[in-house]
Parts: sequence; structure tokens; C-alpha cells
Amino acid sequence: MPLFEQLYNFAHWLAQDRAEAEDLVQETYVKALRGFSSFQPGTNFRAWMYRILRNTFLTSRTGLKNAATVALDADDAAELPAGHESPETILIDNSRRELLQDALGEIPAHYREILLLCEVEEMSYRDIAETLSVPIGTVMSRLSRARQTLRAVLTQKTLRG
Amino acid sequence: MDQWTEKLDVYLDGELPASEMTAVQEHVRGCSGCTADVLSRVQMKRAIQSAGQRYSPSAEFRQRIRQQISPPSQRAPWRIWVPAASFAILLLFVSLTFVTMRQRQIASQHLYSEIADLHVSMLASANPVDVISTDRHTVKPWFQGKLPFTFNLPELKDSDFTLIGGRVAYLEQSPGAELIYQIRKHQISAFIFQDRAMGSGALGDSLARRHATFNVESWNQNNLRYFVIGDAGAKDIQNLANLLKQAAQQ
Repeated sequence: MPLFEQLYNFAHWLAQDRAEAEDLVQETYVKALRGFSSFQPGTNFRAWMYRILRNTFLTSRTGLKNAATVALDADDAAELPAGHESPETILIDNSRRELLQDALGEIPAHYREILLLCEVEEMSYRDIAETLSVPIGTVMSRLSRARQTLRAVLTQKTLRG
Repeated sequence: MDQWTEKLDVYLDGELPASEMTAVQEHVRGCSGCTADVLSRVQMKRAIQSAGQRYSPSAEFRQRIRQQISPPSQRAPWRIWVPAASFAILLLFVSLTFVTMRQRQIASQHLYSEIADLHVSMLASANPVDVISTDRHTVKPWFQGKLPFTFNLPELKDSDFTLIGGRVAYLEQSPGAELIYQIRKHQISAFIFQDRAMGSGALGDSLARRHATFNVESWNQNNLRYFVIGDAGAKDIQNLANLLKQAAQQ
């Protein structure tokens, strides 16, 4: 099964729940099989699969709830103040992995997903744009804000911890 | 955030146009602040990459998905081939059994023909026996050194049979004893060969039949193969066979 592990990981991050992640992956494969004729050879298969998964998530109950609480057009909002602290340095320690995972879980879903696509799946901006069905400019601005938000959450957690 | 800082993430994502790439590289090399920034961003990227690989699907789920999404064409060969292979194996087994039985039948026919020929050649011979004696205690020792086995001969004084004599016969290139008995006007040959010289059990343990109008009885005893053949009645052949069997048990 192509991309099974990665799709599951991504689904679990999106849904934050094992059972829901399993449903998402299952539905993704069913849709992919059913709609395979709509896949154009030569285009990005991985982006196509992730797009199906993500669209499935967005129409799920958790996805709809997310959409209601998070303004997806916040990408063009004013820049967050840049943190001067360097929470990255504390991440050298692997034992802080959990801290980062908590932070990733806390940031808005549309920031989380773009960070996962970029860093974990190592997708190009073009593939991310295809997956999220947004222009490349939006990918860049959203990615930038996602990183700033993650840093801010990490800084808070570090100061608190 | 200056113009360089803005570009660092795009630079590290490998998405900066080639024209800007060189400029950023040169700046970072000369700017300690940006070098430290690049280092921390690289660490952050690696940390996210590692932390992001957090969830693994369970084995049960993997199995469930595999079963659900496998197209029927992938499972069909399994469902078709297993019964087909079983049937083919059964067919092969039945064919082999049939062929083996047929081969045994042919081998058995061949042996009986040989035995009949030996008996007829004895009847036709001017010197049918090499040792002429009615005494079994004379005939049996005569075979000493001529055969790689020994055997017992029956006491005949209470029967209608008379021992005429004996000679060495060959069957399937193996030496054996041919004993000639007489009952009324009929001459009967009793052959004794080593059973292992007869091929792979072509004859079975015990058999009475007619071959070319001769009555034949054959059996295996003490690893020896006995044939009693003659134109006497089946009853006489059987009686002589019983006498030889009893003697062999002594």
C-alpha cells in the first residue's frame, strides 16, 4: 500500500485521534481507488493522495469544527512579533521531543499540516500548493506564520516549564 | 526581521531561486547573526521532522485496510489456484496409481509367461530333470551350492503327489529351484526364487490364476517366491501349494 505509514501519521496529526485517523486513511484509500482514473499520470501522486486525505478531513466532523474556529485566511494577517529567544537550542536534546510534539499539537491545524508537509514529508512548495489547493505565495506566507507560531508556543512552554 | 531573515526559511527549504541563492549564501557566510539563525532553523527543521513522525498504524488496521482495498483480482488467483492445484494433484495421484497398477499388471503377465515357458520347456525336454529322485532328502541337498538360498520340501507319503526330481531354473536372471511333481498323468512344476529378484512386488502376496490354460498358484513365503504350475486341476495345484507352504513353515 503506497504511503500507508506517512498518510496515517499525517491523518493522526490532523484528527488528533487514532480511530478518526484510521477512518480518514481508510476513506482516503477507498476514494483514491475509486477515483484513480481521475489521477493524471505525470502529476504528483503523493500530493494527490494527501489532497484526498486532507479534503476528507476538512469535511469530517473534526475538520468542520476546526474550520469554524480557525480563520484560514489568517495567512495575510499582520506578522507576529518575532521572538528573540531561541527555543531551537533547547531542542537539541532529544528528550525535548515531547515538548515539540505538544507544541505541534497545539498550533492551529492549518499551520500544523503545512509544517508536516514541508518538514516531515519534505514536499516542495509546488507539491504543498497542489495538496492544499492554494497558490505558492500562500504556501510561503502560511509556512512562515506557522513557524513563527510554533516558536511562540515553544517559547511559552519553555518559560512555563 | 530584515530582508535576509525573511529569506532564510525559503533558502533552507531549497526553494529560493538560483539567482538569490548565491547572494544569501554569501551574506550568511559573512554575518555571524545570520549564521547562528541558520543553525537554529536547521535544528528546528530536523526537530520537527523527527517529532512529526509520531504515529504508527497498528498491525490490525494495516491488515484491515489491506483486505478492504485489495481489488478482487488480487485475491481471485488465490481462490482459484488452490482448488485447481488440489485437483491437479489429485489427478496426478490417480494417474500415477493407475500407471503403477498397469505396470504391475504388465510385469505380472510377463512373469507368468516366463514361468509357463519354463514349465513347457521342462515338459518338452528330453532330460527334464538334473537330479532324478523321489526322495526329498536327495533332491534338496543337490541344490546346495547351486542356489543362494535354501528351502524345505514336503513329505509326500500321505498324498497323491510324487516327486520326480529337480533342476536349476532362471527367472529374471536369477537362479531358482524347479521341482517336478507328478499327480496321476500330470506333471507339475514348483518354482522357488528369491522374491527380491521378481521386481517391485508385481505379483502381490498370494495369487491363484490361469495362464495359457495352465493353473498357476503363486505366493510369497520367507522372502521366497513360489510358483506352482501345471495342467492338472486347480484343486491339485492348490493341494501341492498347501503342502509346500506347510513344509516352508517347518
